[in-house]
Amino acid sequence: MFTTNHFAELSASIPISIIQAYVLAMIALVAGGTIYDVIHKQSAKYFFNAVKKSEANASRNIAAPEKLSLAIHTVASDILTSSEFCNPNRRIAHLLGMYGFVVYLISTIVMVFAYPDPEMTTPSLWPALWALGALMVCFGGYWFWFFIRVDVSAEGQSPFRVRRADLFILSLLASTTLGLIWAYSQSVGSGFWSIVLLSLYLIATTVLFGGVPWSKFSHMFFKSAAAFQKKTANANGSMNNLPRPADRTDPDDRDRHSMELLKDAPLNMGLGIKRERPNHY
Amino acid sequence: MPTFVYMTSCDGCGHCVDICPSDIMHIDPVYRRAYNIEPDMCWECYACVKACPQNAIDVRGYADFAPLGHSVRVRREEEKGTISWRVKFRDGTEKNFLSPITTKPWGKCIPKLKDEIGPSDAMKESQHLYSEPKYIRMDEGDVATLESNKLTIKLGVYY
Repeated sequence: MFTTNHFAELSASIPISIIQAYVLAMIALVAGGTIYDVIHKQSAKYFFNAVKKSEANASRNIAAPEKLSLAIHTVASDILTSSEFCNPNRRIAHLLGMYGFVVYLISTIVMVFAYPDPEMTTPSLWPALWALGALMVCFGGYWFWFFIRVDVSAEGQSPFRVRRADLFILSLLASTTLGLIWAYSQSVGSGFWSIVLLSLYLIATTVLFGGVPWSKFSHMFFKSAAAFQKKTANANGSMNNLPRPADRTDPDDRDRHSMELLKDAPLNMGLGIKRERPNHY
Repeated sequence: MPTFVYMTSCDGCGHCVDICPSDIMHIDPVYRRAYNIEPDMCWECYACVKACPQNAIDVRGYADFAPLGHSVRVRREEEKGTISWRVKFRDGTEKNFLSPITTKPWGKCIPKLKDEIGPSDAMKESQHLYSEPKYIRMDEGDVATLESNKLTIKLGVYY
């Protein structure tokens, strides 16, 4: 299961051109769905307006090199390490899901397009990565679904209550879980069940990639834009109208009359409400 | 005016859901981000605005301290023990405030109520609330009054 290219094996019963066309159709669905989503929700317009508002309130101009540095920092911090999340468990689960999905996707594309023929020897690395990626998605995804999801952890709802917001995570989990089970059934030579599981796997995958306008699949695009906008607003001084962070070592803040009671207090007061998880429903 | 959430800033962590005394901050069933389900029921207590780790919740302040068109935003930094407010008026004037939210490290000076001796029968029959005599310093003599503190009150309306 971890060393066999299941897509090459599948090409014995389904022409490889159809498998490749399916993968291309999924990529087209994601691209089309994202563009539709951007137009329909007017998210691009929102971000342009936010940029204009931020520039109008700016206390300093940001030069192009600094903007580039902010963009690099956004990629390195917000995108690659999901630094936005304040809950460390959620961050780990998200990273597992994100990197698992990327590995799963890349290995699928490589196996379908570079090693489509059963006669060709697929390096065992790719099937192993495919299975590893799917397992990472499953681990992070089920952890999120049953324990971390805010409906369950903060709202106290049953983990089995399904809402439209679950379309993305559920179709992703269904796709990877069914993919793994299908790969297993094919490796043990279960003909009938392989066909059934393959059909379910394809349905789940089509829902995942085809459901972009209705799911939060496109969050990977707009959350990155939001993170960049936040960094830009902090750098140009507009800070989305937020007050600047307090600095108790700065005489301007330290010597204020209102801060008299904190004069002799330690600089780090520890955690207040953040000491506990928000699950007091 | 009731609170509202900037969806792009919210990460759906649930802190506002947890802290809202009116139980009206909930998670959107489509986008899984927080939203105020019933603005009419919002007390405008600012608990969610202060608790939000992403500063994603905003609120329009009362007209009695700033006319319409202003922005009032808050940054609560519990590790520093501070809360900052920035009121930006529609003519661009700004007012910035900074205050403590605790004077002792969090969790270090919690009253040990469990260790307190319970009220006696006589105390239960008394008109005083539990531990009231101690806190209004009856134990040190009598109830603290203007007279006992040699203070006087000026009668009439004055400013």
